[in-house]
Amino acid sequence: MKLQSLKKQNHELANINNQITQLESVVKRIDSDRFSEKLTGIDLFPLKPTIIDIFQINMGKMCNQVCAHCHVDAGPDRKEIMTKETLQQCLDAIERSQIKTVDLTGGAPEMNPNFRWFVEEAYKLGCKVMVRCNLTIIVANKKYYDLPEFYKKHEVEVVSSLPFYNAKKTDSQRGDGVFERSIRALQMLNEVGYGKEGTGLILNLVYNPSGAFMPPEQEGLQRQFKRKLKADFDIEFNELFAITNIPISRFLDFLVASGNFDDYMTRLVEAFNPMAAKGVMCRNTISIGWDGYLFDCDFNQMLDLKVAVKESLHVKDFNKELLEGRNIIVNEHCYGCTAGSGSSCGGETA
Amino acid sequence: MKTYYNPDDLKKFGKIGEFQEELADKFFDYYGEVFKEGALTAREKSLIALAVSHAIQCPYCIDAYTKDTLEKGCAEDEMMEAVHVAGAIKGGATLVHGVQMMNKVNDLSM
Ligand code: SF4
Ligand code: SF4
Repeated sequence: MKLQSLKKQNHELANINNQITQLESVVKRIDSDRFSEKLTGIDLFPLKPTIIDIFQINMGKMCNQVCAHCHVDAGPDRKEIMTKETLQQCLDAIERSQIKTVDLTGGAPEMNPNFRWFVEEAYKLGCKVMVRCNLTIIVANKKYYDLPEFYKKHEVEVVSSLPFYNAKKTDSQRGDGVFERSIRALQMLNEVGYGKEGTGLILNLVYNPSGAFMPPEQEGLQRQFKRKLKADFDIEFNELFAITNIPISRFLDFLVASGNFDDYMTRLVEAFNPMAAKGVMCRNTISIGWDGYLFDCDFNQMLDLKVAVKESLHVKDFNKELLEGRNIIVNEHCYGCTAGSGSSCGGETA
Repeated sequence: MKTYYNPDDLKKFGKIGEFQEELADKFFDYYGEVFKEGALTAREKSLIALAVSHAIQCPYCIDAYTKDTLEKGCAEDEMMEAVHVAGAIKGGATLVHGVQMMNKVNDLSM
C-alpha cells in the first residue's frame, strides 16, 4: 500500500489536467456517451441545483491516514488547512443564508487547529453539524481522546468510513492496523452513547468498495454489518451508507495502474441510472475548499472545477440565490454518482 | 496471441442473439429471473453461482461471479468456502464412484 500522497510522490496524476485527460480519453476508448450527453438524454442538462441546504466544508487536506483510494489525496504531508479567517467567512455565509446543516470533511477535519472553535460557533448558530471522522484520529493522540465527549456535547452527527467488518479488506484500503484502531474508536463512541438506541446521538458508517467494483445494495449490507459488528466487537451504529468510488485522484491512480480503468468506467456507464442522476448531491449541497473557493461538490473541488458563478466564487461572496440558479459543472467522473442505486455522501440516492 | 478463451468475449455474451434471437431472449429473461431476490437472497445465489462456476471450470463465469460476489458484499473467506463446497462435491462425486469400482472388482474376482 502507498504511504505517500500523489503530490508527495510527484506523481503525474497530482496534476489535475492529467486526471481530466485520463477521464475524457477513457470515455472515447470505451465508446461511451459523455456524461453531459447522458444528462441531455434524460432532460437534465444543464444540471441545476434544487435548493442548497447542506454546507460541506473541506477544512484541509491534512490527514493522519493515507488511504489508497482517497479522492482528496490527503495525508500527513498535506499542509493545506482552512484558516480561522476563512472559517469565519463560512460562519457569516451560513448565518446570512440560514443554512441549517454543516458537513465537515477533510482530510481529518479534527486536525484543523480551529476545528473545535468552529463546531461550537456553528452549534450556537443552531446548525446541525456533521463530521466525517476517520475514526483513527480519535485514538491517534491523547489530545483527541475526548472527541467523543466533545461531539456529544455539541450533538454532532458522526459519519465514519469502515470499508468492511474485517481487517483484511479495511487495512488493504486504509492502511495497516486501521481496522483495529477504528474498532477501538467505535467502541469509545458507543461508550458515550453514539449509535445507541434512544440517545439521539447518530453514528453512521460509510462502506466503499475495496477495489474496482460497485458497492452492494445498501440495506442488505447494513444488516450484515450490524450483525457482524455486534457479534464480533459488540459495536452498534445507526445507518450504513454504501458509496461508489469516484474515479479521480488516488482511486484513479489505482484503476490505471492495476489495468482496471476501462472496465470500471464501462461498469459505471452501463449502470447509469436516471433516478440516481436526479438525486445527485450537488443539487442540494455546496462545497467549500480549504482556501474558501466554492465548488459543486468535493469531487469537483479536487479537480479544481469551481462553481460557474463568477460573482460568488469564494465563500466571502457567498450568494445563495445566484448559486441556486447556477449550472452545475459535470464531467466524466460524475458517472460514479449515477451508477446503480446512485452514490452521495449520504449513500444511495435512488 | 490466439487463445481459445478471450476475457473480452464475456462482454459479447449478449451477442449470441445475433444468430438466434428468440432462444437467446428466452435464455436471458430466464437468467435474469433466476438471479432475482427470491426464497434465496441475491447474495446467496451469487455464492452458489461462484461455486458452480468452479465446478464447471468456466473462466468467464469465474471472472463474472468473483466480481458479482464482491459487489454483493461477500468476504474472501466466504468466497473460498463456496469454492471448497464445489471441490468437496466434485471430490466426493469422484470418490463415491470408488464404490462402483470396488463392486466391479468383487464381481470380477474369485
Ligand atoms: S480517505 Fe479520509 S481518512 Fe483516508 S486519507 Fe483520505 S481523508 Fe484521510
Ligand atoms: S461528481 Fe459532483 S458534480 Fe458530478 S454528479 Fe457527482 S456530485 Fe454532481
